[in-house]
Amino acid sequence: MKLIRKQFDSLKPHFEKGGKWEKFYYAYEAFDTFVFSPNTVNEVKGSQIRDAIDLKRLMMTVIIAMVPCLLFGIWNVGHQHFLAIGNPGAAPGDKIWVGLVQVVPIIIVSYAVGLGVEFIFATIRRHPVNEGYLVTGMLIPLVMPPDIPLWQVALATIFAVIIGKEAFGGTGMNVLNVALTARAFLYFAYPSDISGDVWTYLGDATPVAGFSGATPLSIGAASLTTGENVVSSLNQFGAGWADGIFSFSNLFFGAMPGCIGETSVLMCLIGALILIVTGVGSWKIIVSVFAGTYLAGLGMNMIGANEFMLMPAAYHLVIGGLAFGAVFMATDPVTASQTETGKWIYGFMIGVLSVIIRVFNPAYPEGVMLAILLMNVFAPLIDYYVVRANKKRRLQRATV
Amino acid sequence: MGKFIRIKKGFNINLAGKAAPKVSSLEHADTFAIKPTDFNGMYLPKVLVKEGDTVKAGTPIYHDKRHSNVVHVAPISGEVVEVKRGEKRKLLEIRILADKQVEHINFKKYSVSEIANLSADDAQKAMLEAGVWPNIIQRPFGIIADPASKPKAIHISAFDTHPLAPDYSVIFKGQDQYFQTGLDVLKKFTSGSVNVNVHTTSEISSVFSQAQGVELNKFSGPHPAGCVGVQIHHIDPVNKGDVVWTVNPFGVIQIGKLFLNGVHDASRTIALVGSEVKEPQYYKTYTGASIKNLIEGRLTNDHVRIISGNVLTGTSVGKDGYVGCFDNYVTVIPEGDYYEFLGWIAPTAKKVSFHRAFGLLSFLAPNKEHKVDSNTHGEPRAFVQTGVFERVTPMDILPTYLLKSIMAEDIDEMEELGIYEVVEEDLALCEFVDVSKHNVQQIVRQGIELLQNS
Repeated sequence: MKLIRKQFDSLKPHFEKGGKWEKFYYAYEAFDTFVFSPNTVNEVKGSQIRDAIDLKRLMMTVIIAMVPCLLFGIWNVGHQHFLAIGNPGAAPGDKIWVGLVQVVPIIIVSYAVGLGVEFIFATIRRHPVNEGYLVTGMLIPLVMPPDIPLWQVALATIFAVIIGKEAFGGTGMNVLNVALTARAFLYFAYPSDISGDVWTYLGDATPVAGFSGATPLSIGAASLTTGENVVSSLNQFGAGWADGIFSFSNLFFGAMPGCIGETSVLMCLIGALILIVTGVGSWKIIVSVFAGTYLAGLGMNMIGANEFMLMPAAYHLVIGGLAFGAVFMATDPVTASQTETGKWIYGFMIGVLSVIIRVFNPAYPEGVMLAILLMNVFAPLIDYYVVRANKKRRLQRATV
Repeated sequence: MGKFIRIKKGFNINLAGKAAPKVSSLEHADTFAIKPTDFNGMYLPKVLVKEGDTVKAGTPIYHDKRHSNVVHVAPISGEVVEVKRGEKRKLLEIRILADKQVEHINFKKYSVSEIANLSADDAQKAMLEAGVWPNIIQRPFGIIADPASKPKAIHISAFDTHPLAPDYSVIFKGQDQYFQTGLDVLKKFTSGSVNVNVHTTSEISSVFSQAQGVELNKFSGPHPAGCVGVQIHHIDPVNKGDVVWTVNPFGVIQIGKLFLNGVHDASRTIALVGSEVKEPQYYKTYTGASIKNLIEGRLTNDHVRIISGNVLTGTSVGKDGYVGCFDNYVTVIPEGDYYEFLGWIAPTAKKVSFHRAFGLLSFLAPNKEHKVDSNTHGEPRAFVQTGVFERVTPMDILPTYLLKSIMAEDIDEMEELGIYEVVEEDLALCEFVDVSKHNVQQIVRQGIELLQNS
């Protein structure tokens, strides 16, 4: 340890004011503080001791909460690959290998490009490198299709970090969730690569007879034209090559096609548990997103104008990326509502909007992404009214 | 009848080095200091003595140019040895080499019945003359009360919930009569109530429980229940245009002693606490005692931070410093100027944390006494995490929004969000728990000063 510290200490003067690499101080600082907690002490006046937490540890906790989704996703990418090519009995090791080969490069590209942009901005604008990207860099791969071209990952990351975050002043100032901005960018810029039959990695192999790349959401959307019952369509799907793949229990478990990390509700709930127990993610938001979705689903059942509306409300909770969005995207503290009352409203509206977009807008059946981005925009407005209520209480007290 | 108020939000930081209930005497052949920097909102202190002058306990030493009737007096008798100034000749402290025996200036003594018939104006005159007036702090702003102001109420917090706070039943033992007299005098200044606020769980000293003619309010719950700002918020909040006064028990007793004994009596019991103190206990001394005299031979090592006051709101004064005039204790903790390999991720149960984020296990043993150093445990960042400040602020105030409005220097917004109700100590826990390591208390003071000067 002392040896490494010595290396840092000998390098440090070069980066400090007057040193030859002065410009790159914040890049250096990022590395130094990553390896060693800094030796800074508290000010002469004020709090003389500080909580052991810092932003790095906070962000690390979120990453750890994502690990179950990531590991499951890696296995699932391989699993779906072998299902689609008619070899469901392939060894688990093979499945994981195929998954690793697909997923790891996406993660590397996401982190390398994103952190690269962060370091460049930190150097140019002379502010410390913020830890926010530790989480964003993992979120982006998890909401990508397994077959996404790497250059698109890179492009989306650059777009998201620059336009979604740095343009607003960096972590803590951004309005939109950065990872969802990346995904939305791809969706609107390269729709053919992120919708339709992209959710299963096939490689060069030919798919098995009867294979279809449909997802539960596209089946739901299709019911609007075919008029078939959604639940029976889901249950019948996959007959012959993947029986019961869209049964309710498997939708919950998540061994089905989809984005790398979002298919398993179970894994998302494990992540949610970690976030809630550690207090890092707001349980109010997570609970209210699920509640909003379920209640909106029930509302749709009551209207019941078409088959998609009639789909049991519980299905809305397990199809698509709702659980992942609720747990990892909606809870981003910077872009969510920042008042405690506001968090209930914000989460609930995400749930409601997700269902509305799904049911009424079959052109883009995945409603969660747009619902969260939309509510990101509205979160400051919600907070504005919550804060105003606080001010009003104070004013009333004064006049009584 | 007073109120009963249950405080739910907050956090007790359980530190090692609590004082044992033992009181010793200190050698007094030493220097004492009075520090204008102990007071907020001091405009320009004008020194009234020269180096080499001899003074008695009660001799005026300086006053603020804007409030020349509010004099600050010598706590003990002796010789003025140094008028210490800092940058731009800012007055830092005036050091007095103490006599062996304290000589007092004799002010007028009053009998109990005389005190009862005393007018507020006469009482004020006596208090200003003898230098006990600066014990009265007014809200908003947390500055020395303007003698011309009429407070809507007076609040006295009779317990301290800060980490390692001394036991008031030890440091104010036997002062019942003086405390009561102080209250009787203070009552003359307000048409509203005089509130003495006590805590339910600890044993309430008879000094406070026997107090007559006041509202005795009971509080329960964790820190910051002991902060008088939090108490005022629950009893009778400060609105725009209101003025309330706060006095700490030492100040009330000092006022009582002035009227009963006719002297400016600065003798007090202070505690020396903290993990780096060999035997934490109480000492009898006077206001403005020198740290050197207090710590000599009583610390376990040299690499320490010596704090006048507590670890949340105190001031690091160093080995050559002096105890602040509002502080009942000196806390000594390890200085945290070390690097820690992967310190941001290594799991540990040793570090105290309000959070339960990855690897921070101190919540598993809530009663364990911790040794905490002065390291910042991270670097300053923009606001990211939300909802944490609210969990340690037992007031209907949105700390993050208030702080942001101060940073934006938006005075209207600050007023609407409740800046009149807070001073630094009320939001000190926010500074402790902040993930992004803001200097919350500095920001609060900036806001208050902005408001005062607007």
